[in-house]
Amino acid sequence: MARLNSPEELEQFRQELLSKRDPSAPCISVCAGAGCVASGADAVIAAFKAEIEKEGLTAKVDTKGTGCPGFCERGPVVVIYPEEICYLQVTAEDVPEIVSQTIKANKIVERLLYQDPVTGERAVRESDIPFYKNQKRTLLCNNIKIDSKSIDDYLSLGGYSALSKALFQMTDVAVLEEVKKSNIRGRGGAGFPAGRKWEGSRNAPEPTKYVIVNADEGDPGAFMDRALLEGNPHSILEGLILGGYAIGAQEGYIYVRQEYPLAVKNIHLAIEQAEAYGFLGEHILGSRFNFKVIVHQGAGAFVCGESTALMTALEGRVGEPRPKYTRSNIKGLWERPSVLNNVETWANIPLIVNNGADWFTQIGTEGSKGTKIFSLVGKITNTGLVEVPMGITLRDIIYNIGGGIPNGKRFKAVQTGGPSGGCIPEAQLDLEVGFDELTKAGSMMGSGGMIVLDEDTCMVDMARYFTEFLTDESCGKCVPCREGLRQMNRILTNITNGKGKEGDIEILEELSETAIEASLCALGKSAPNPFLSTLRYFRDEYEAHIKEKRCPAMACKELIAYYIDPNKCQACMICLRKCPAEAIDGGKKKIHVIDQEKCTSCGTCFEVCPSRFGAVAKISGEPVPPAVPEEERNIIRKSKKNE
Amino acid sequence: MEIEKIDQIIDNHHGEASSLIQILLEIQSENNWLPKEALKRVSERLNVPSTRVQHIATFYKAFSVVPKGRHKVHICLGTACHVRGAPRVLDTVQDVTGIKAGETDLDFKFSLETVNCLGCCALGPVLEVDGKVHGKMTPGQTADVLKTYE
Repeated sequence: MARLNSPEELEQFRQELLSKRDPSAPCISVCAGAGCVASGADAVIAAFKAEIEKEGLTAKVDTKGTGCPGFCERGPVVVIYPEEICYLQVTAEDVPEIVSQTIKANKIVERLLYQDPVTGERAVRESDIPFYKNQKRTLLCNNIKIDSKSIDDYLSLGGYSALSKALFQMTDVAVLEEVKKSNIRGRGGAGFPAGRKWEGSRNAPEPTKYVIVNADEGDPGAFMDRALLEGNPHSILEGLILGGYAIGAQEGYIYVRQEYPLAVKNIHLAIEQAEAYGFLGEHILGSRFNFKVIVHQGAGAFVCGESTALMTALEGRVGEPRPKYTRSNIKGLWERPSVLNNVETWANIPLIVNNGADWFTQIGTEGSKGTKIFSLVGKITNTGLVEVPMGITLRDIIYNIGGGIPNGKRFKAVQTGGPSGGCIPEAQLDLEVGFDELTKAGSMMGSGGMIVLDEDTCMVDMARYFTEFLTDESCGKCVPCREGLRQMNRILTNITNGKGKEGDIEILEELSETAIEASLCALGKSAPNPFLSTLRYFRDEYEAHIKEKRCPAMACKELIAYYIDPNKCQACMICLRKCPAEAIDGGKKKIHVIDQEKCTSCGTCFEVCPSRFGAVAKISGEPVPPAVPEEERNIIRKSKKNE
Repeated sequence: MEIEKIDQIIDNHHGEASSLIQILLEIQSENNWLPKEALKRVSERLNVPSTRVQHIATFYKAFSVVPKGRHKVHICLGTACHVRGAPRVLDTVQDVTGIKAGETDLDFKFSLETVNCLGCCALGPVLEVDGKVHGKMTPGQTADVLKTYE
């Protein structure tokens, strides 16, 4: 591939690409994102390729593995263009039927379509499925159309046109002004206006500046950035180059965690391709702008997602945060002005440059503009990635897009903002999603994790879980975080183990205050949030644990016991055989009894007991009823009684 | 691990001290763990104090300064898996293998690690063995999965 040396050459090349592509020719897109691969997408792609070859259709039909479109719940996802037919939960066995029916005979395989759980209606096209219909997808929409290893796919969808526009029709100041006007706030957590950060760096006297992509997505239960990195790496790269142009940097860094091997691979490949095409390197597209990008792999430390810790790690040292006497956009990497933004922020930049700030500010609320990607997970019917306009209500996300809570359970709370965020209860479901709104409710936007909790989730355990996570991830540099969190974790663990004491809540509050006031970085400052927000909305659960030694959600292992109701037990032997601790005594026609001494509270019996019997019960806060005496355990069936 | 191999990795990074983490990552992925001799060599060649190399090797989770087992068992304790019952899966694995998270058994059969999110939350709770994901695990199924590894 020859370098493209002017905007005209780029457009000409794009036209050549498009003219080679027949928009009416069938194209099979299979999601090759992490979720779908775990459900067997690789086998589906291989099966499609083999079947297409067997049928002699290789020249006519294009098969590609693409980025994640978001509907992980029903993976592997297959979309067939140009009709946009969407098949869900496809297995390799379904492939011959899809090829013979849909590709060759233009017929639809009904059973693989999305079916509405309530009305039973089937949706043929991706955009007809409620999960997608209620979203606003400006970033994720291209994932399923792009082979993530092909720069040509990105170009044929208009890729790098923003870069060309910026370099030849706008000055660097104009790009900066456009980003400032769009009022885009950082998608990584704190929501600092990106334009202001950029301006600070641009105006800093030191001539060598850096732009950095924070791709150290560490929040448990969040994988938005991963989908973009794996599925559409060029969009991030283009954003980064634009950022470099706007602030006057000639070097960019991508800090990506090594736990995402596919993302590392795709981003490396994208850089190679961009260099070959002349979007990176000296005299980009024939202009006077030079820019290069270096990839740095993280080595597994949550704290490295913090801006100053990330920069320290980039310098090849232990990733510990630094005090921010001077902001890192003035003195960052190697003490030079450095603009660090999150993956999703960078991916938005080409859209803003191409469509203008006015387009961007149309979407969203007063304080929060644009769309936001959330990873909607936990106790939710449609697990997946959702991209929504800011200002949408939590209720719309959870019910209209997410499909509500599965198994007829009750919604309890939604946790947003990752380990530094908080839980929002049912009463606030109509809250509009935005940076300031979520902070006011005691949580935060964070990077976009959204974990739905139902009635079976214990809120004290949630606080303990996050505190334990943060204790483990604390770098240990400052005392309030290192020691304070450890004590908080101990007290919360005691409470969930039934060893809570009067006064524990007050000590936790005191420790929280110290951590917020005195910690060095945002990890420590925000670490008490999970505790404080659950205490604010679910104080009764804390009190039940401490005073009554009862877990209202029946989740804390040490506070619950399993008991088989002798009047309901049908002696079917299922739980007896499945019990991993061999703690169930019984036999054929003999009522089963749990030996409380041996029971490990794993809950297997509760799950396997057929729902028509429902004989196994969870008990908390009260003693287990005594076991039925040995001689009364024989079941006499009614039919036999009558004989 | 041979010294030549380590030298080659260091040369690929032009012996720059700022590439220390990247070099250790490559040695880790090549050798599965970081032997003392390797850390010593890196320290000498990059002219970085060995205390700093040791600090980095023990600070980041990707590194191990002890040998690893044949099969790497990862249990996802991400929030989505946690609320769907991951702690029970972890308990079962610990019971079956006799080792705790972060440990390797004496026969070098299993190394057990907990991870914070594997990104396939729709399948939670998730157990990953040698890169293969086993989704929607229950304690009973977990024991069955582990039995299939030699």
